[in-house]
Amino acid sequence: MIDLAGIAAQFAEVVLAVLLAPLLTGWVNQCRAWLQNKSAPGLLQPYRTLNKLFQKEVVLAHNASPLFRIAPYLIFGSLALAAAIVPTLDTGLPLNQAADAIALVGMLALARLFIALAGMDVGTAFGSLGARREMMVGFLAEPALLMVLFTASLISGSTSLSTIVETLAHKEFVIYPSMAFAGVAFTMVSLAENARIPVDNPATHLELTMIHEAMVLEYSGRHLAMIEWAASLKLFVYSCMGLAVFFPFGVAQGGDWLGIVLALPALLVKLALGGAALALIETLSAKLRIFRAPEFLGTAFVFAVLAMLVHVLLEA
Amino acid sequence: MHLSPLDATLALAAAWLAIGLCGLVAPASIRLASRVLFPAGALVGLALAAVALSAMFDPPAVRILPLGLPDLPFHARLDSLSAFFLLILGAVAAAVSVFACGYFRRGEGTPPGLQGLYYHAFLASMALVLVADDAYFFMVGWESMALSSFFLVTSDHRHAEIRRAGYLYLLLAHLGAIAILMCFGALQSGSGNYTFQAMREMAPSAGWATTAFMLALIGFGAKAGIVPLHAWLPEAHPAAPSPVSALMSAVMLKTAVYGMLRVTFDLIGFPIWWWGVVALAAGLVSALFGAIYAAVQTDMKRLLAYSSIENLGLIVAGFGLTILFRGFGMNALAALSLTATLYHCLNHAFFKSLLFLATGSVLHATRERSLGRLGGLIHSMPWVAWTALIGTVAIAGLPPLNGFASEWLLLQAFLFSPTLPHSYLNMLVPIAAASIALTAALSGYVMVKFYGVVFLGQPREAKLADAHDAGPWERVGLLLLAAACVVLGLVPATVIGMLDPITRALAGHGIASLAHGWVFLAPIDPQRASYSPLLIFVLTALLVALAWFTVRAFYHGRVRRTGPWDCGFPRLDARMQDTAEGFGQPVRHVFEPFFRVEQSVPTPFDARPRYREVVEDRLWSWLYLPLARGVDRLTFLVTVLQRGRISVYLMYSFGTLLLLLFLVQ
Repeated sequence: MIDLAGIAAQFAEVVLAVLLAPLLTGWVNQCRAWLQNKSAPGLLQPYRTLNKLFQKEVVLAHNASPLFRIAPYLIFGSLALAAAIVPTLDTGLPLNQAADAIALVGMLALARLFIALAGMDVGTAFGSLGARREMMVGFLAEPALLMVLFTASLISGSTSLSTIVETLAHKEFVIYPSMAFAGVAFTMVSLAENARIPVDNPATHLELTMIHEAMVLEYSGRHLAMIEWAASLKLFVYSCMGLAVFFPFGVAQGGDWLGIVLALPALLVKLALGGAALALIETLSAKLRIFRAPEFLGTAFVFAVLAMLVHVLLEA
Repeated sequence: MHLSPLDATLALAAAWLAIGLCGLVAPASIRLASRVLFPAGALVGLALAAVALSAMFDPPAVRILPLGLPDLPFHARLDSLSAFFLLILGAVAAAVSVFACGYFRRGEGTPPGLQGLYYHAFLASMALVLVADDAYFFMVGWESMALSSFFLVTSDHRHAEIRRAGYLYLLLAHLGAIAILMCFGALQSGSGNYTFQAMREMAPSAGWATTAFMLALIGFGAKAGIVPLHAWLPEAHPAAPSPVSALMSAVMLKTAVYGMLRVTFDLIGFPIWWWGVVALAAGLVSALFGAIYAAVQTDMKRLLAYSSIENLGLIVAGFGLTILFRGFGMNALAALSLTATLYHCLNHAFFKSLLFLATGSVLHATRERSLGRLGGLIHSMPWVAWTALIGTVAIAGLPPLNGFASEWLLLQAFLFSPTLPHSYLNMLVPIAAASIALTAALSGYVMVKFYGVVFLGQPREAKLADAHDAGPWERVGLLLLAAACVVLGLVPATVIGMLDPITRALAGHGIASLAHGWVFLAPIDPQRASYSPLLIFVLTALLVALAWFTVRAFYHGRVRRTGPWDCGFPRLDARMQDTAEGFGQPVRHVFEPFFRVEQSVPTPFDARPRYREVVEDRLWSWLYLPLARGVDRLTFLVTVLQRGRISVYLMYSFGTLLLLLFLVQ
């Protein structure tokens, strides 16, 4: 039994995610510029940057291996699949059967592994420094994210993201104390994973503190464009994941087209609010020293474990 | 003539022994070993895997051998559990033997013919351990396994540190063997009948059962490298030749898991739930310990050895969870966690042997084991590098390869444990799930370090640029194992179907009937969780291809080669990359209290600055050295009795005789 309508909806969702992702980045940049009293770049600036990069030729180091050249596509592909797993518009999409919350974290980790390996490939000081720091952020943030998703899975009795959304959206409105802890942990993890202040700063190339930018220094042209696009997709995936777990309202259920059409404006409003909140957090906080990043992430991890403990003790 | 699978297994074990003995004809001949012995051994391994696969679904077969002590013949038995571990042994041995055809060279310690004898005796004794059905036969197999692997570990015996590693290995292997022997003693409950059949029928009291379980956990744990009995593992694995390290890590450690499962679920039969807590705690501690220590290693084989401790820790944690569920009579969940445990055994066997063989090729091509002197090998050794990449992704537990599938099942099993009827145990769940998640994430860190430092970047030594790639035999071995990692990852539902008879026999329940077709893995209920690596793999590949073609179609594919940019810094050299120590620094920093660190940092005015840093296992100074000193002191006390004069010794005998006469009266 092949559900053609479901496959079409799934395809539409992936395409939409891939196309919308730079818009979210542009929106966050715009909000941040406003909040910091600067004149903002246009909302479409990320698309223009991508177009410019795609047109430029690739300048490759002599000793860059084939891995370096395929890594951008692999990273982009795994993050696009991650975007397909998260129920952004509809919970009845076919891919939700193929991958659950743990597989989603796995896909994000796969992208991280390849970007870190690519960072080490040319063998520059900055590349391996960035890879090391990225993996440091990763090994603390990934379990915290997993624990946040586990808390939601324990509440809804399933690790499938669709079931989580359906359960959390449909239960009578109860405030789960565990979800409060999980929410704090999730916010901290997403800041770190998306290379945002206070852990990293996407706007500078300051050698002492950069993480993400250090890894991708050797990339140029279309490879850099793929990496930048993948970074936008990652922000999009994290935002949608947060919305799905903590604000699952307005997502269509069961794959009817009308529901999906109605879910789109709801998603856009939620993303706009979320992006503005992200810009606000970035504006209000200061960049941490890199040595303090493990403490920050350790706190997130402890919060996530507490969330699960609270659920087991109070809510089960 | 129809040959039963059990007879075939015994015949194949005998064939391995015979092949090994052939090596004695011309021990120094490298041609004999690489053209005859190892290819024949590989064929036997393949045959054994086929026999084991066919025996998975058969009812248990029993046979009494015309061998053994007078009146105590050896008993052999082949059931689905044995068949599963024989399958691991056969398949891994086949691939490793193919690799070994091209591996052993002249002038490396023990002559190749002798090497072949030990190697095949090692394989044969592992097969015998897995089919033994009485304690004598089991111990004979177990000890021959330990001895043959000892000779393999010390094959390069001219180096003092290798002899030391071998000694440590033999010591801990024997401590373990004593515990296992006592465990069988506790299980026969005074009947004097040491066949496993008698032990199965006997129902020991709870006290004796607990004693037997604890002894088994210690004895088999010493072989599996469970903390704190792990000390031999990071010493012995780097010392052994790489195919041997691969076999030890992939198969020999699994025989310990086999022993634990056999004693707990088959011989004792009624596990008590709190045993599970002990095993779970031991497993989780080992897993975290292994992952943390692997991150700070500077020797590539030691790094993999610590990673074996980590993976065996995860396996023992799964074993503990199985006991926990089984102890509370929740058989379906016990079956789920047992499936995860066995699946991880299978996966670990393949990806770890793949990586050990890859380090073997690197070692041959460069004569370097230290991560600080490697780098950039993806250019000169592409075959090894790309197969090792598959192993790296698999061991890091990433979808869609096999490491993820078993970790996924294990996490699912943990997510179900809040249904345990014991409120304190439920609080254990978040802690356990958190440590498994942390271990999995750390293993990703470790593998990026391993792969990035060895294969990527610039060569750290000039000689690496002309390192030769693996030979044809080695390539075939590597490719076979890499293919196994991919296939086992893509069809988890089929693998679970294969494990079904074992879970039915040991946990009284099967989960394969719930499988949701062969594409989807849904161990409990598709509503709760499902996973389809095949779909993920195909779709990711499609998306990658689509992205590539779209970029080519709309834009261009121009490339210009030039020097690296590195923020405009002109004088880049290989020493500016992270060393292995540097890459491990964040983990050392975060987990500072776990390590004993010796550091010497030069002053700013030092004309020839030298940095030195040694990171050591704290358990050495906390546990092993005090213990060794204690034993030393005790033996010193014994020397008081040892006078070296025959008259004194006669006095002792006389005194003993008098004492005994007194007691007997």
